[in-house]
Amino acid sequence: MSGSVIHWFRFSSPATFYPLAGRLIPIFWTLAALFGAAGLWIGFFVAPTDATQGEGYRIIFVHVPVSWMSMFIYLVMATWAGIGLVFNTRLSSMMAQSLAPTGALMAFLSLWTGAFWGKPMWGTWWVWDARLTSELILLFLYLGFMALQASIDDPRRADKASAILALVGVVNVPIIYFSVIWWNTLHQGASVSLTKAPSMAQTMLWGMLLMSLCYWMYSIAMALTRLRAIILEREAHTEWVTRLPELAEVRR
Amino acid sequence: MISVMAASLHRDLLLVMRRKSEVFTALFFFVIVASLFPLGIGPDPGLLRKIAPGVIWVSALLATLLGLQRILASDYADGTLEQMALSPASLSAMVAGKILAHWLVCGLPLVVLAPVIGLQFDLGASAIGLLVLTLLLGTPTLSMIGAVGASLTLGARGGGALLSLLVLPLYIPVLIFGAGAVNAHLAGLGAEGHLSLLAALFIFAAVFAPWVAAVSIRISLE
Repeated sequence: MSGSVIHWFRFSSPATFYPLAGRLIPIFWTLAALFGAAGLWIGFFVAPTDATQGEGYRIIFVHVPVSWMSMFIYLVMATWAGIGLVFNTRLSSMMAQSLAPTGALMAFLSLWTGAFWGKPMWGTWWVWDARLTSELILLFLYLGFMALQASIDDPRRADKASAILALVGVVNVPIIYFSVIWWNTLHQGASVSLTKAPSMAQTMLWGMLLMSLCYWMYSIAMALTRLRAIILEREAHTEWVTRLPELAEVRR
Repeated sequence: MISVMAASLHRDLLLVMRRKSEVFTALFFFVIVASLFPLGIGPDPGLLRKIAPGVIWVSALLATLLGLQRILASDYADGTLEQMALSPASLSAMVAGKILAHWLVCGLPLVVLAPVIGLQFDLGASAIGLLVLTLLLGTPTLSMIGAVGASLTLGARGGGALLSLLVLPLYIPVLIFGAGAVNAHLAGLGAEGHLSLLAALFIFAAVFAPWVAAVSIRISLE
């Protein structure tokens, strides 16, 4: 190992990750704003009006990215929780804990925007379709994870118990994905797939991808901000926290 | 392995037999919840026949939830669980015995009583037979998933409500396939697909649930 290699494991310590996260957060906020502005511009002004769904379809630029994020964040959260469980690394569990509220927000937004989309397209706010139902279950799983984490007093035990819950719940994520194929229902099939050419205009796809990147950056920025708060809360007794410059006013 | 499981099963059943009233609580709960639906919805037989599989399944779901806390909570409180975890015998096998005891006490009576409820809801003989079969396949899965939830909430604040919050979302696939099998049969379609998926869930849970519950018991004893 030469000296020029970055030692990534150095950042698995809360004391070294805390300042790094502080430096990264503004970058991710900036990226989120840029991608969001570009995505919304394409979504509202460039993308053509849909032949069958009219202007109302434009909520797709929010709905599809938040749905993707809600599922993806659950996987990431479960991965971090699992790493924390296996390797007993504190920061991984804190990362899982900090991702949960953002994931729950994404699941909620996905249901909410889905209802707004469903009303003009299907004539109803809600149908008991497989995908809607699984998204609702996903929201429940997030809430269960947060509730379990909050109701065990010892943080390390709470981390491990909720990690097991997250890993058990991860079984549900493939069910969400394949439910479209399993149960043939009112919900339209996936609009974007990796195997066949997307069945939508190129500009719409670009708008959706840009909005996805925006939500991605937003989620990272949000999770890191929350992570810093969790680190401070849990490490409040340590020497390095008391020496932080931003806490100088509290000390005084 | 089997003898450890049998010993744990015997112990739990013995404890239940000393407090017989607990057996009937879940059973009466099941009957009462299922009987409330016709009172709330109306006595139209056609409608009742339509909602019967779902109502009976949801009632069974809630009834199995009642006994879950007892699987582990009292043993956790008096330190028995700690001794079990310390013993050289497999904790997973002991947990499996406990799950089996929970099913025999909370699950099996529901399966036996389900035909009576089915008659109340004007189901035909073949539909009742299928309902019993799905409950027989599904309720053990409920006990197993529930045991994982019970082990996770050991020592947590707000046990009962938290347990339902954790466990009920995980019950949903069992509910869908269990009630779906009877509904498919009533609609004149084959129920084999649903039954296969129920059996798959059962096998999947039987392999992993005792082990996962044992792992999380060890975490809660740390």
